[in-house]
Formats: sequence, C-alpha cells, structure tokens
Amino acid sequence: MTMKVLVPVKRVVDYNVKVRVAADGSGVETQGVKMSMNPFDEIAIEEAVRLREKGAATEVVAVSIGVQASQDTLRTALAMGADRAILIRTNETLEPLAVAGLLKIIVEREAPGLVCMGKQAIDDDMNATGQILAAKLGWPQGTFASAVTIADGRAEIAREIDGGTEVISLALPAVVTADLRLNEPRYASLPNIMKARKKPLETLDAADLGVDLAPRLTIVSVAEPAERKEGVKLNSAAELVEKLKTEAKVI
Amino acid sequence: MTQIEREEMEFDVVVVGGGPAGLAAAIRLRQIAPETSVCLIEKGSEIGAHIVSGAVIEPRALEELLPDWRDRNAPLRTPVTEEHMLYLTPHRAINIPALDRVMPHMNNHGNFVVSLGEVCRWLGEQAEEAGVEIYPGFSGAELLIENNRVAGIITGDMGIERDGTQGGNFAPGMILRAKQTILTEGARGSLSAHAMQRFGLRKGVESQTYALGIKEVWEIPKENHRPGLVQHSFGWPLDDHTYGGAWLYHFGENLVSYGFVTGLDYANTYLSPFEEMQRTKLHPAFRKHFEGGKRIIYGARALSEGGFQSIPRLSFPGGVLAGDSAGFLNVPKIKGTHTAMKSGMLAAEAVAEALTKDTTEASTFTALVKDSWLWSELRDVRNIRPAFSKWGMKLGALYSGIDSMIFRGRTPWTLHHPHADNETLKPAALCKKIAYPKPDNKLTFDRVSSVFLSSTNHEENQPVHLKLRNQSIWRTVNHDVFDSPESRYCPAGVYEQEQDGTEWNLRINAQNCVHCKTCDIKDPTQNIEWCTPEGGGGPNYPVGM
Repeated sequence: MTMKVLVPVKRVVDYNVKVRVAADGSGVETQGVKMSMNPFDEIAIEEAVRLREKGAATEVVAVSIGVQASQDTLRTALAMGADRAILIRTNETLEPLAVAGLLKIIVEREAPGLVCMGKQAIDDDMNATGQILAAKLGWPQGTFASAVTIADGRAEIAREIDGGTEVISLALPAVVTADLRLNEPRYASLPNIMKARKKPLETLDAADLGVDLAPRLTIVSVAEPAERKEGVKLNSAAELVEKLKTEAKVI
Repeated sequence: MTQIEREEMEFDVVVVGGGPAGLAAAIRLRQIAPETSVCLIEKGSEIGAHIVSGAVIEPRALEELLPDWRDRNAPLRTPVTEEHMLYLTPHRAINIPALDRVMPHMNNHGNFVVSLGEVCRWLGEQAEEAGVEIYPGFSGAELLIENNRVAGIITGDMGIERDGTQGGNFAPGMILRAKQTILTEGARGSLSAHAMQRFGLRKGVESQTYALGIKEVWEIPKENHRPGLVQHSFGWPLDDHTYGGAWLYHFGENLVSYGFVTGLDYANTYLSPFEEMQRTKLHPAFRKHFEGGKRIIYGARALSEGGFQSIPRLSFPGGVLAGDSAGFLNVPKIKGTHTAMKSGMLAAEAVAEALTKDTTEASTFTALVKDSWLWSELRDVRNIRPAFSKWGMKLGALYSGIDSMIFRGRTPWTLHHPHADNETLKPAALCKKIAYPKPDNKLTFDRVSSVFLSSTNHEENQPVHLKLRNQSIWRTVNHDVFDSPESRYCPAGVYEQEQDGTEWNLRINAQNCVHCKTCDIKDPTQNIEWCTPEGGGGPNYPVGM
C-alpha cells in the first residue's frame, strides 16, 4: 500500500524577529528581515516524516507557494526528511482562499492520502487554509491536532479543544492541521542540509494553474500595539481599591 | 563519554565565518581556482545576522574583488557627503578644522555609508553564484587536528540539554574535512584562539588590544535626514585616559547609524560602555539628530585595535587566519571592512597556491600581505592608537596630528601596547563611581529593552555557553576587588550580581548574549570562558545593521 503525505509549508518572518510596521503603513517590514519556515509547518513536516518512518506513509511531498526564495523553506523541509518538493511561484501575497485553490490542484495531481499542514501561519494568523482546502476537496478535516494515528484507512486525531482533548476518527483521505503540542520538530542537521540540495524540487508558476488568485480582502491600516504605560508602585491594598475605583473605573 | 558517531564531508577549503573577510576569501578562491570546492559556515542564523559595524566603508578591496560591483547592484548607495570630527565638552562641540590634513585617515571622500549586514548578505549571494556552498546556522566548535596539522573543523552539536546530556533531538556536529581551513571569525574567534595557541602564532608579537562597539539604528523623519552625513566625536563623556568616541551616520532610507566605541584598556571599573553610549545621545551635538525618530535595532561587538604591532603569524599547518580574527582593523581610519576583505583575498591566493603545490602550510600568505597596500596602510598608522593609551586623548590627538602631518606615518619609532586589556582595571577602592543618568525611554534606554531590539535568541535548554573557569575567583576577585565589572561592561545585561543572604553570586543570563566577546577579553583573571553556543543562536540583526 502506498500513502503519500502532502505538507504545505509557508515562508514567514522568523519568530525571533521583532517585527515593525513598514514606513508606508502597508504592512509589516519584510525587506532584509530573516525569513524561516512557519513553526506550525515544521511540526507538520515532522509528523509526516514520523508517519513515514513508522511505515504509515510512503512518501512525504512538501509544497510551498510564494516568491522564488521560498525554495529555501522547501530545502529546509527536504533536510528535515521530505522526499521531494514543489514550489508554486508567485510574487503576489495570496489569501487563504487562493492558497487552498492552488493546493487543491496539487492534491488532484499528487493524490495524497493525507494533507498535513500547520494550523495557521504566524504572519497573518488566519487559521483558515486547512479548513477551506478540506471543504473544497470535500474531505474530512481534523484541526488543531495534538496526536495523529493512522490505521486501517482511517486517521485518529486528538484535537486540542477548550478544556481538554477531543478524539475523532476520520476516513482517509483527509486534511489534518498541526497544533503546537503534536511533536517537537527535529533539527535540519548539516549532513541532511547537504543531502537536501540533491533532492528533487519542481517549480510551477501560480499563474499557469488556472486558479482565481484575486484578493477578496482589503487591508485598511496596520499599526503597532500601543506602548505599555509605565506602572506605579502602591503602598497598600486600600490604595489599590481606591485607584481601581477612581482612576481605572473598573469597580 | 561515549564516542559520538559523526558524519564527514570533504572539501578543498572550509571557511569559518561569513563576514567580509570570509566571503571575500571564498569568492576569490573560486575566481582564481574555479575547480576548488569551498564550504563556508556561519554561526548566525543567516549571513549578516551577526554583523555589527558603523559603517563607512572604503570600496578599495571590493573594487579589486568584483570590479563590476555597481552593475551587480551592491548595496553601497549612500556616498559620504559631509563629515565632521567633534571634540566634545559637556555642553559644547568644537569642530576640528582642516580635518583632511590633521587627520588624513579620516578623509572619507569616495567612501560609502552602508549597512554592513546588507553588504555581507549581498557578498553571500555573489559567493553562492560563484559556486561557494554556504551553510548558515552552524558554528565551528573545534579544530580537527591530525598529524600536527589542522585537517578541517567539527561543527557544534545540536540538541544537547542543559545538563550536558543528549536530548531527544540530538544532532551530532559534522566533520568538515579540508586541505586548508580559513579562519575568519572576527575579533576573538574561538577557533582562531585555539589555532594561535596550538601553533604559537602570537610568539614575538604584542598583545591584541580591543574595543567594544555598541550600536543603534534609528529611523528618523525624512525632513531631518541628511544622507551621507558623517559625524565622529571624542572627548566628553569619557575622561582623558579612556579611549573612545561616538559615531553618527545618516544613510539608507531615513536611517541613522549611531554608536559608541570604548577602548577595552579602560581603567575605571565603574565605567559602563553601554551607559557612555546612552548618555552621549543627550549631548546637543547628537540629540538633534534623533528628534522625532525611533530606535529600531540594537547590537554590540568587540573589535581588534592592536593593529600592526599585534598581527600574529598568519599561516599554520593546514590553514590561515584572516580578517579581524588576525586583527587587520585600521583604528585611526575607524575602518576594517576593506582591510578584512583584502586579507581574505590574499589568504585565498596563498591557499590556492598551497593547494596546487600540495603543501601543508600556505606560508606565502605573510609575504603577500607584506607586499600589499594592506601592510603599508597599517604600518603608517601603527603609533596612533598606542599614543592615546600612553598620553591620553588630548595629547594623543596632538601626537596623532604630528605623526600624520609631519612624518606621514614614517616615524623611525614604534609605540607599544604595554598591557593586555584584562590587566588594566583598577581595584574598585581606587576608582571613582560614575553617576549615569536614568534612561528616559525616549532617547536613552536600559539594557533589557535594548537587547530586545537585537532579536537575540538561544535554544533555551542548551548548556550555558558562558562559564566561570573557577567559581570562587568570581567572589574573591571580581566581586571583592573590582565590584563586578562584568555587570557594567556587558552590553546585553548577561551578568548580574545577586545577593543571597550574606553571600554574593553571579547570575549569568546567557540567553541574552549578543556574542560581542567583551567578557572573554576584559575579565580581570580571564576566568570567563566564551564557548560557542548552538548554531543559529545569538542576535538576528536585520538589514540596516
């Protein structure tokens, strides 16, 4: 039995970077800022590679949609253990609807048994692409996964929900989105990064895939959070109550 | 401990460190010997992530390396348009007249204000295009020594837990074998230090001396931006016996590079380079440049100031030292990029020759350096920095003018660096405390909010990479005699002295470390050991730095 796992990965501003609003207020400054793989996507890659190592999957294919430099992100996925990679090149910023549309084309071409992806990207925090993709494909979805078990053509997913864990069973093929506690991704080691340079990476143009990529959303403004006001030290609980009443007006 | 199984890969040349020297060496090698396999590793998470520099650069070496740099879209976009050298008193600034004659090294005509991080990213692209394999995020942890020669390096292990055991994600470091290893780690590199010690490369040369550069990048309103303006200062707030001064450059898109250099041979244990840097911004000559602006990046790095007298033997069996690993900075010029690049290029030429002739040591490197402009440039300014240590800032400046104007650097004498920087601190009892102003959080800041702007991160479970060789010495020497100087010279707030009942302890916040190496240099008994942390850790300076 062969089972392919498709893992979409996104190139985002590295989580260590202190982001700032671009001078023209159009968004976050990305010029010359360190970019890396979305951390939730790293977890998705790790899970897919573990499924292959356990024998539950036979091939891991990473796919990324973005500028040419997104191939660096794909090389990281290959170094972590993906077998091959597909870059769908575009210079436009795409919304989840368009991304899901493009991924659907790849799913139809590759016919994976499982799409395993990050629950959201840390740049736009949309948390929508996995769900839209499942709907477009008419596949079951298991979101916010903290455990994945594949057996007998079904996937058992533990989902992170308010106050606990929910376990669901899905018929494959299905879409699973990875939450933080699913696993701890491995390092892309130097020997594996070197080997990853020789793994196959195919490049397609987003414009050639016949998907409507037009944006539906308009960004009205982007602003930094208000700076925290300096606190004051109070001497007693009575003083605190007084301030909460008269200054903060919360009690 | 059990022997770790390591994978191996072999290259003709391995370069350690992706700064201007290492990248220039790698590019030069592929130019003159295109069949040579060249691998470059960099401990920063990407090329440029650990680069801190002013920076005004002289394009001389770049011109020689890539004569078509303009067509390749090199990020040298802000030519120097006006420059001032100011002598500061607490409230006034005296403009040094006829700068090009009194301080000819300071003539910046034809030079550019750049973000050196951006220049390095660009050089990295040129190197990859030339066929160099670049691996950022991997540190050189050890030299591989076989048969009394360097045979390559071992990269750092990843996934070691705080207690030194292998964690679940342990990934062993890799052996990178090389016929020749080029060490370009910058000032106080750890593999360079090992090589110097192992092969006695410092025999007969003077101690290396250092300075600490602390930098901020500000974004200011367009109407106040004067691209190409270069301003340096000396005098206030430092006393006459402490070497140092500030820089301020307008460059790029409404950016201002501001920073302060403090000679690490300072004597007053209460001096804080960080706070000197902060308070200089309050001087009228500087304050006006920040009006309406916002601080966006912060960083720090030690630099070599020993110059000519301190250059070690440059080659050893199996490798060479280049860039600030060897110490090629031109102090009076306040520039080291062109000299670093030139030394890298000459290293490449010597290494290429050693590869063709199949010799272990690229011993022609020294001769190549001596025959180049690099050598005469450093020789001619050799007395300037030591004159400041010897006679103080004012007389030092006077001497510097005489040496430059009358003798043009061809003096028959050579001044010396009498001490290593760790030997110069005076006991706290003999030092005057300095009252630094409190941060106003508009123009001046504390260390914590500063480090935040360096985007510094270290994998938190790894072993602490800053170690005390001997715990008890900290208490008896650092605390009792010098009143914990590390809590002041560290620009990242790594060291804090803590009182626990009657006992004093040193708290080491290693995750804040911006890899400036000052503690490794200045600790009075050299009791602090800076070990290379897990690759990819440390600051993540964006373009602009």
